Amino acid sequence: MPPAFNPDGSGTPPPAEVRVVELEIPSDVAFIESVVDLVRRECEAMGYAPRQISLNVPVALTEAVSNAILRGNRDDPAKHVRVRAEVDEMRLVLEVGDEGEGFDIEASLIDPALPGNVDREDGRGLFLMRSLMDSVERVDVPYGSKVRMTLLRA
Amino acid sequence: MSFSINREGEVVVVDVEGQLIVGNRQELKQKVLDELDRGEKKFLIDFSQTGYIDSSGLGVLVSLSKKIREQGGELRLANLNDDLKTLFELTKLDTLFQIADTRDRALQSF
Repeated sequence: MPPAFNPDGSGTPPPAEVRVVELEIPSDVAFIESVVDLVRRECEAMGYAPRQISLNVPVALTEAVSNAILRGNRDDPAKHVRVRAEVDEMRLVLEVGDEGEGFDIEASLIDPALPGNVDREDGRGLFLMRSLMDSVERVDVPYGSKVRMTLLRA
Repeated sequence: MSFSINREGEVVVVDVEGQLIVGNRQELKQKVLDELDRGEKKFLIDFSQTGYIDSSGLGVLVSLSKKIREQGGELRLANLNDDLKTLFELTKLDTLFQIADTRDRALQSF
C-alpha cells in the first residue's frame, strides 16, 4: 500500500523545498567571498554536510567565479558575472555565467598532481572544481559562457 | 580576512586569518616578499585561523616557496585543518611543503 502523504490520503507528496540564489556581480574579485557566503548559508539551511559547506562549495564556487571574472570577462569591470545556485535536499546545482567566449573544459584540465606539475603556480582551478564537485560541465548559451557544477548532498 | 606578521626568534610567522583566495593573495605575497627583501630567511605560515584556500592561494604559496628557497631561506607551514589538508593532498602540494601539525613543531624544525 503506498504511503499517504496528505491527511486526505490522496498520496500526493509534499512539495520539496528548493532554495534559489540568483546574483549578478561586476567583474571584481572582491565580490567573490560574499557570493560564496550566500550560497553556503543556503546549503547550511538545507542540511548539507559540514565538510561540503566548509570545503567543496566555497572552493569550487570561488574557482568558477574567479575564472569567469579573470578569464571569461578578462577582468573587464564593465562586464558582469551571473551566479545561480539551486539547492534542494538532493543536490546543489551551481551555474556561473560570464560574457566571454568560453573554453574547452577537457582541454583546459591540467592534473597538478602529475610529476612536473606539482610546483606550477597556476593550473589547479579546474582540477579542484572537478575534484570537489560531482560534475562540472560547460553549458551552451546564446551569449557568453556558462559552467554548471553539481554537488550531491552528503 | 587579514594577515598578521610576528617574529618568534629568527622566524617570521605569518597568520592567515580568514580565506586565502584570489582577492587577497597578492597582499600575502607582498608582505612576505617585503620581509625577504629585509633579509629574513626563515618563514612560518600558520593556518590555524584560516577558512579555505583557492587555487590562487595555493599558487601564491608555491611562488613564495620558490622565492624563499632562491634566497637561501626556508618556509614551513603549520596548523592545516582537515579541509586544508585535503586540498594539499589532492594537489600533491603536501609533497612540496614541509608541514607541521603545530606552530611549536614548525618552529622547532628550523
